[in-house]
Amino acid sequence: MFDIEVVSPEAVSYSGVAEMLIARTVEGGDIAFQAGHVPFIGTLAVWSVEVIKPDGKRDVFAVHRGFVQVHGNQVTILSDVSEAAKDVDVPRAQKALENASAALAADSADPEAAAAKARAELRLRVSAVH
Amino acid sequence: MPGGKERELRRRIASVQSTKKITRAMELIAATRVVKAMQRADAARPYARRITSVIENLAASGAEVDHPLLREVDGVKRVGFIVMAGDRGLAGAYNTNPIRAAERQLMAHQSEGKEYCLFAVGKKAQAYYKFRNYRVDYSYMGFTDNPAYEDARRIADDVAKAFSEGEVDQVELIFTEFISMGTQRVSVRRFLPLENTRVMAEVGGGSAAAIASFEFEPSPEAVLESLLPRYVEARLYGALLDCAASEHSNRQRAMKSATDNAEELITKLSREMNAARQAAITTEIMEIVGGAEALGADVPADDLTAAFASMAPVDSHSLSKT
Repeated sequence: MFDIEVVSPEAVSYSGVAEMLIARTVEGGDIAFQAGHVPFIGTLAVWSVEVIKPDGKRDVFAVHRGFVQVHGNQVTILSDVSEAAKDVDVPRAQKALENASAALAADSADPEAAAAKARAELRLRVSAVH
Repeated sequence: MPGGKERELRRRIASVQSTKKITRAMELIAATRVVKAMQRADAARPYARRITSVIENLAASGAEVDHPLLREVDGVKRVGFIVMAGDRGLAGAYNTNPIRAAERQLMAHQSEGKEYCLFAVGKKAQAYYKFRNYRVDYSYMGFTDNPAYEDARRIADDVAKAFSEGEVDQVELIFTEFISMGTQRVSVRRFLPLENTRVMAEVGGGSAAAIASFEFEPSPEAVLESLLPRYVEARLYGALLDCAASEHSNRQRAMKSATDNAEELITKLSREMNAARQAAITTEIMEIVGGAEALGADVPADDLTAAFASMAPVDSHSLSKT
């Protein structure tokens, strides 16, 4: 067991105790942390962060940009754009996905549309897990 | 006409009284807002602290990058100034202090032959420089009393872009630091280029955490590179929140003294009004007495007594009233 905190620029948006944390770094690999992990700093990919609590329940976040720092018994997710699964606005995410897909169909090299599509997909995926 | 002055004073008192009501309301609003702004500033602190701690750890691991935001320029040609003031007035010297401080800096740099580039935050800053024919290159307004992270990001993007593209070689940040409810201080700081990571770590207090050997993914350099823009945003956001708290507490103080002044003015005017009323009554009595005496020359004494008797109730009435 270890302490987990999700910190956004505005506030500490989540804090609790976890058994395991699963995230994905920009290199594309999933990485899981448990108590006693080696000190670690990583850049997070546009992906979900899953917190598995001691009672087996899960809290899932969509993290669009951020860092993870593991030190001692404390894991910190620093992210300026993240949302908890229950806060995801599904209709809005769906609409964003449609728009991004349409933009991508028109110009398949549009990096902004591709990023928007990835974000919308992540939101929907995360809210489905919840 | 007697009583004219009294009426005018009465009108002025009424107007001061309604002004007082407004300033009092503004004082109370500012008082609640300053508490909220302070809470927001406190809530934002963990993020800034954590980012600094990550940078500390990166510095300890020896990560050095050639990031554009760290670019030190020898011959500085153009200096950027981020001036943070408010959108609204009625906040005492809150707006003028940073604006003037920035203007002094700007002139000093100008006398050294450097050019300037203004990032004006807040309507008041923009209006001041525009009125004085400075060139305002970037202006931001509409959020100073309740800034969001998004606003900080917008400013940070422009500043970082101008700096990385060589439009400016150095950036100064001028804002009002919120120290406590009673103390706010204008602070002028170098914003860009960032101190190198080692200095940041030292300023951050180099905690014991920095000694632990960290694993980095993808690499210390890559993490640092994506971290620095966030660090710039967080610092700007912190400054904006400090400014918001300072603005509200300055407004509260300004409105409190305005309310006090209004009260004082009302007391003074009421006294004046009472004196004027008394003077008017005295004049009236004198006129009546004078008139009666003038009549007295060809009026029998009994009639005069009767005239006084009929006046007496009026006199005693107005005297008791004053």
